[in-house]
Amino acid sequence: MNFYNEMVDVNGGVRAHYQGYDKWLRETPPERIARKRAEADLAFHRVGITFAVYGEEAGKERLIPFDIIPRIIPASEWKAMQAGLRQRVTALNMFLHDVYHDQEILKAGKVPAEQVLNNAQYRPVMQGVDVPGGIYAHIAGVDIVRAGAGEFYVLEDNLRVPSGVSYMLEDRKMMMRLFPELFAGHKVAPVQHYPDLLLEKLRAVAPKGVGDPTVVVLTPGAYNSAYFEHTFLAQQMGVELVEGRDLFVKDAVVYMRTTQGPQRVDVIYRRIDDDFLDPLVFRADSALGVPGILKAYQAGNVTLANAIGTGVADDKSIYPYVPDMIRFYLGEEPTLNNVPTWMCRRPDDLAHVLDHLAELVVKEVHGAGGYGMLVGPAASKAEIERFRQLLIAKPDGYIAQPTLALSNCPTFVAEGIAPRHLDLRPFVLSSGECVNLVPGGLTRVALTRGSLVVNSSQGGGTKDTWVLED
Amino acid sequence: MLSRTADHLFWMSRYIERAESLARILDVTWQMSLVPQSLAAANQNWKAIIALNSLDEEFAARYSAVNAENVLRFMVSDTSNQASILSCLRLTRENAHAVRGTITSEMWETMNATWLEARERSFEQIANVGVGEFFDWVKMRSSLSRGTTLGTLLQDEAYHFIRLGTLLERADNTARILDVKYHVLRPYGDEGATDFYQWGALLRSVSAFEVYRKAYRDVITPERVAELLILRSDMPRSLHFCLNGVVKNLELIANRQSGETQRQAGLLHAQLHYARIDDILNHGLHEWLTDFMDRIYTLGDGVSKDFLVPMAAAA
Repeated sequence: MNFYNEMVDVNGGVRAHYQGYDKWLRETPPERIARKRAEADLAFHRVGITFAVYGEEAGKERLIPFDIIPRIIPASEWKAMQAGLRQRVTALNMFLHDVYHDQEILKAGKVPAEQVLNNAQYRPVMQGVDVPGGIYAHIAGVDIVRAGAGEFYVLEDNLRVPSGVSYMLEDRKMMMRLFPELFAGHKVAPVQHYPDLLLEKLRAVAPKGVGDPTVVVLTPGAYNSAYFEHTFLAQQMGVELVEGRDLFVKDAVVYMRTTQGPQRVDVIYRRIDDDFLDPLVFRADSALGVPGILKAYQAGNVTLANAIGTGVADDKSIYPYVPDMIRFYLGEEPTLNNVPTWMCRRPDDLAHVLDHLAELVVKEVHGAGGYGMLVGPAASKAEIERFRQLLIAKPDGYIAQPTLALSNCPTFVAEGIAPRHLDLRPFVLSSGECVNLVPGGLTRVALTRGSLVVNSSQGGGTKDTWVLED
Repeated sequence: MLSRTADHLFWMSRYIERAESLARILDVTWQMSLVPQSLAAANQNWKAIIALNSLDEEFAARYSAVNAENVLRFMVSDTSNQASILSCLRLTRENAHAVRGTITSEMWETMNATWLEARERSFEQIANVGVGEFFDWVKMRSSLSRGTTLGTLLQDEAYHFIRLGTLLERADNTARILDVKYHVLRPYGDEGATDFYQWGALLRSVSAFEVYRKAYRDVITPERVAELLILRSDMPRSLHFCLNGVVKNLELIANRQSGETQRQAGLLHAQLHYARIDDILNHGLHEWLTDFMDRIYTLGDGVSKDFLVPMAAAA
């Protein structure tokens, strides 16, 4: 496979936007870099920027490895990517509004109705509910990869509770603290205003008539893998971080329990999945949610960000239709590529996939976090056979895609500096009026040689992401 | 502020204060044990630590004999003991973790680092280096937590709950130390030299040795020690000082249902403010301190009911 190297071109020359960094790397004594890397590790530990890994010993926290070689994106590339992201997220929000209202796109036959309406992520309770500004996915984390010839692909649209933005911000803070001289020599677009932008968006979608909305962040609690991020965002925005038990609903209005008595809540940035939000409607065994919150939401007395039922648009079985959504709602050609996808529920597709398992990536339709996927070229025979049985037993639970030659970037590893594969998750914020991004996003890097899985739960690390200004 | 947040802040500050108080009482007992005395007397002092924390049964269930090593191990690094220094530091960190968005990053980093460092030390390592060094470290980390709180936290409700927790915990601990030590020392009050060292160590345990000298410029007598630790309003670990702060902070967080708790705090404060040490001693110090600790407990309970237990739909 041919991999695109983010730093070096095919002739071995350093790409223009990496030349400044390359020079610095060659001129900086290795001892200083080693010292700085150790300093970064220590700082991340002390600050407690950690995450919990499901399936490991309860309450155990791990550091996400941080690499000091940044992923650099030139201004022109970012401009194109940003336009493509705005287009894509705008269409996805229009799709969600449509699905929960008149379903024009289903009537037009652009997306098979049964794919939407029989989808576990479709929430009938949202049918006909009007949400402020018609926005469902206020925060989207779109995963983008670069393949062999240098072209970008959207890998998935995360529209439920995408995480990772705190690492984007902490990585930048760390880089600036360790290597201020690099920032003096490069025009790196700032990202630190993300929390302000997020707060602005959340305030903009408050229920009608609320002048000075009370915004809160709703977390599942201290044992959630992204708890650090929940506290971080609440603190940076200066709003309360609440758990389900801190909230209650009375007469279809949400209140939080405070030391001065009940206080009304207007906007909830919730980091809890739909299933756990309201035990009266969804999972009755959920201790994380707030009984009656759906009623308050349907009555328009509180805004949830993201809305309930966004999963129907980022589901992997819906993903292949996103380019058609863009054409249908916006009358434009999509500017970001979709990865060609075989839908195993189609007998022809399934047959092709079963014949080519060793070359393909197979993903669970509802899966996330790199759990439950098969990377054909890297898998053992036994693993491939296991997936074959899974596919035959439940074809509609899976999709398959060609194994993309994910681009790589020089990265510090045990043996020194070596290329490792990476992806990029920009965060796209939407309110009624406009769609905004901070330049860049979270770059995740697979630290194991040859691995194409960048998820932190699978041993991935992160890099600071620089968008260079012109 | 969220009731749950206030609850975590309150207990975060209580646990770090408790760890410090424990380090102080263990340190003073350790130092007292270095003064020549009978083994029985020494073990009596160690036994008092267990009694002070009402841990007799738990200790007896795990250790066969009351002696310096067992008590130190149990109170310093036995994680099965919820009242050990290590457990207190863990609980401090856990409570801070739950509200790390409310406290400043410096505060969180201080309390997180304290726990990370503490858990790395086995009891053997602590004993090898010397327990005294460890107690100094605990006191220093507690001071650092208090210092970052004072130096970085906005003085809003969060700050008032933290101060309230600290001062209630400290009042309780000073009362306990005085109660136990006074009665261990008092019967042997005529032993001269030992007496001086023992009282000196007690004063040092609450950082009051130099304060005593400055305040009385005279020999150490049990009555004055009691007066200093109970009634002196400008001595940071005295009961009177603690109650000054409790009353003040309660006023600042008052809500519609906290009237009774404020009244009780005010009453207790007034009694300290206008009391004479002779009256307290004539009344019986042990009885007086027992009553005081009961009332501190009731105050903590009141704070919990008025502010910390989620006020349900009583809108």
